[in-house]
Amino acid sequence: MEVTAGWYLALGALLFVIGASGMLLRRNALVMFMSIELMLNAVNLTFVAIGRHVGDLNGQVAVFFVMVVAAAEVVVGLAIMIAVFRRRASASVDDLAMLKG
Amino acid sequence: MVDYIWIVIALPLAGAVFLHFFGSRLREPLPGVIATSTIGLGFIYALIATADFFAGTGEAETVHLFDWIAPLGANAELLWDPLSAIMTLTVTGVGALIHLYSIGYMHGDARYGRFFTYLNFFAASMLILVLADNFGLLFVGWELVGLSSYLLISFWFHKPSAAAAGKKAFVVNRIGDVGFLIGLMLILAEFSTLTYGTVLEEPARVITTGMATAITLMLVLGAAGKSAQIPLYFWLPDAMEGPTPVSALIHAATMVTAGVYMVARTAALFELASFSAAAVATIGAFTALFAASIALKQRDIKRVLAYSTISQLGYMFLAVGTGAYVAGIFHLFTHAFFKALLFLGSGSVIHAMGGEQDIAKMGGLRKIMPVTHFTMAVGWLAIIGIPPLAGFWSKDEILAIAFGEGGWFTFLWVIGLITALLTAVYMTRWMYLTFWGEARWEDGVHPHESPAVMTAPLLALAVGSAGLGLLNTPWPFKPALEHFLEPSFEAIKMAHIPSGSTPWILAAVSILTAAAGAWFAYRKYQGADAFDIAPVMPRRTGVWRWVGNAYYVDDIIGNLIVLPGKLVAAWTAFVLDSEIIDGSVRAVGGGVRRIGGWLRPIQTGFTRNYAAVTFAGVVGLLLWFVTRGVG
Amino acid sequence: MAELVLFIVFGIIAVVGGLAMVLHPNPVHGALGLMATMLSLAVFYVVNSGHFIAAVQVVVYAGAVMTLFLFVIMLIGVDKSENLEERLPLQRQLAIGLGVAFLVMIALIGGNAWITAPQAATEPNGSVEAIADLLFTEWLLPFEVTTLLLIIASVGAVALAQFDPRKREEEE
Repeated sequence: MEVTAGWYLALGALLFVIGASGMLLRRNALVMFMSIELMLNAVNLTFVAIGRHVGDLNGQVAVFFVMVVAAAEVVVGLAIMIAVFRRRASASVDDLAMLKG
Repeated sequence: MVDYIWIVIALPLAGAVFLHFFGSRLREPLPGVIATSTIGLGFIYALIATADFFAGTGEAETVHLFDWIAPLGANAELLWDPLSAIMTLTVTGVGALIHLYSIGYMHGDARYGRFFTYLNFFAASMLILVLADNFGLLFVGWELVGLSSYLLISFWFHKPSAAAAGKKAFVVNRIGDVGFLIGLMLILAEFSTLTYGTVLEEPARVITTGMATAITLMLVLGAAGKSAQIPLYFWLPDAMEGPTPVSALIHAATMVTAGVYMVARTAALFELASFSAAAVATIGAFTALFAASIALKQRDIKRVLAYSTISQLGYMFLAVGTGAYVAGIFHLFTHAFFKALLFLGSGSVIHAMGGEQDIAKMGGLRKIMPVTHFTMAVGWLAIIGIPPLAGFWSKDEILAIAFGEGGWFTFLWVIGLITALLTAVYMTRWMYLTFWGEARWEDGVHPHESPAVMTAPLLALAVGSAGLGLLNTPWPFKPALEHFLEPSFEAIKMAHIPSGSTPWILAAVSILTAAAGAWFAYRKYQGADAFDIAPVMPRRTGVWRWVGNAYYVDDIIGNLIVLPGKLVAAWTAFVLDSEIIDGSVRAVGGGVRRIGGWLRPIQTGFTRNYAAVTFAGVVGLLLWFVTRGVG
Repeated sequence: MAELVLFIVFGIIAVVGGLAMVLHPNPVHGALGLMATMLSLAVFYVVNSGHFIAAVQVVVYAGAVMTLFLFVIMLIGVDKSENLEERLPLQRQLAIGLGVAFLVMIALIGGNAWITAPQAATEPNGSVEAIADLLFTEWLLPFEVTTLLLIIASVGAVALAQFDPRKREEEE
């Protein structure tokens, strides 16, 4: 049985939904952050798989850029988290509801 | 000399600019001295520049200063001809004396420097008006004198009545200016230029009589506003709220004569439109009578003179409307002297009486203020027309020419004669109640003669009022002024005094009328010497109530024009603006606020809620893919 | 056959790692689960001829980024288990419902055709040379712009980390 690109796409979708559920279910800001990383990785997998299917290397280049952006995002995001934690002594995003209407 | 005639304007203008910045820092009387010397130097310069005209060798010259609105023919160009020369001499000559007088009159005023700024500014504006070589520049001067008049009427703006009077003068003049401006636009449309030379040289080549009538009637509306003629006369009595030198300079001697000057300047157009000319004469005659009748019952020392000014301006309108341009300018010239004299004299009295202006509370000032009394007596005789004083020659020339024209003008002559009678009555009453009889002063008033700086101009003006009438007397000289002004009216067919013995008879009638009026008033008020003012000012009944209240014109205008205007304004302010316009704005704001209130609970502030909504959006996009079958 | 075995083994590892991250109450364990997922993905990249990308995945993601996560978890001291009880009304139901709906619709689309483009004859060459060739020719500008992004991110991180509210309040 040959493993086609479709298999990888299905796996990517599953990982994406797991990441999205993590976003919605967990209130720990760090875990939410890791969920975002998981979603990004899921999409990266689809890039690589489709790139292979159509024989185009640009899929992998896209993955490279996503990684760079993710790295930058993690750096800033974690810095924000530390700044918030200093003030609040809590990593729960449910405590940060000051913009309530 | 004539090439630099702009110096006459520049001197007072420079004075005004200088005093504007430094006037409040200079010590009294320095601002007054500066202002007086600028205009005095201007007078000397103008006098020298006029020398050629005196000699009979001068010709009209235009001086181009710089381009302003060249396509419309409205450049900064000055016209120096006998007409503008005599106006310049009047403005600077009488103006200089009044400036000098103001040094004493305004003594101790908190805004001494500012007063002379305005006074110099007015002089510069008036000189622009009379020296302009085109209607555009004329209009600039026209508006600037209106502005300075406004500033000076409400100079004591802390008095609500003065502020209101300034506004009234300004607004009424604007009404006249609308007509004037329409006239200028018609001229521009027909002649394609505003330059006097082109417009006034045989206008019949370009326009029809009908168009000339339309243009001139519009100009007359402007002239009536500026010169306080029916129907726009009613601002001038209120303008007496200004300091007395202002009344003398602006509202008697110079600015109010601008309308007369303008009609004389555009004589070529009025010659073409005989209907307008007759209208001017009629307006003048009726205004003269109307204002003189009101003056009979006024109690304010300056209001009598204000109505008298309106009345005398009516004579000038009668003259220029009849075609007697020289007579009109002649009367303008003499009136500038004797009316300025009377105003300055009344200012001297007010000064002496400590601000009292009610002639019922004066009397007996003859011995206390001998110089003022003497000069006032000269002015009084001049205005009622007793020879050989100035007023007699100019007024009787007007009346004689009107009589000589015949027809409708004979009727106007009758009105003019009645006005002369009334003039004699009210001026004698004014003299009697102020200077003669017994003192009816209120307690604590200690009159005194005014200082020399005030009486010197009085004496100078008295000399002018007495002697200047000889300038245009058929006897003993040839009519010098007529000869002098000839170059300005070369192409105009002018009305002249009838020949033969008629003028002598008319003069005799005039003198008798004046004498009768004076005698009547003297007898009437002679018996009224008492500390009680009741006999002097009996209760007004019947027609006198109407006269005493100036025919209720202010009330009529207030109820017919001002009140509806105020109602419209109030409706606009309190209903249209605050209810309808603001209401709709508030409704929009309130609606947004209410909708915001409904939507507010959506914003829970929980990040995970927002994430869930975002993810729902992703799922919704997928749903769209599935249902549209794109996948 | 070998690819099938690899897919099944590492697919299971990836899904279990992801689920562990989402469901385990201790964030340290969650981070380790995510690391496992990322390593599995590196294997998939190799299988899909993305050798360079696989190396970057291991070094940058599994190595640097996850280390950073663990470091922050330790730093702010939340390496204890947390209470997973949901306090927001409807949030859990909404999350599960949306996740299921997402998967159902992916399945609907995939049941039709996972991918419609024809299979290419040759596999792409994911070597360092090939990637570099693309990056320094076709994608040169975006590549250079990423340097800008990284600089801004590092400066921002330093600025945010320096900000100490307690110290500022004392100054005030």
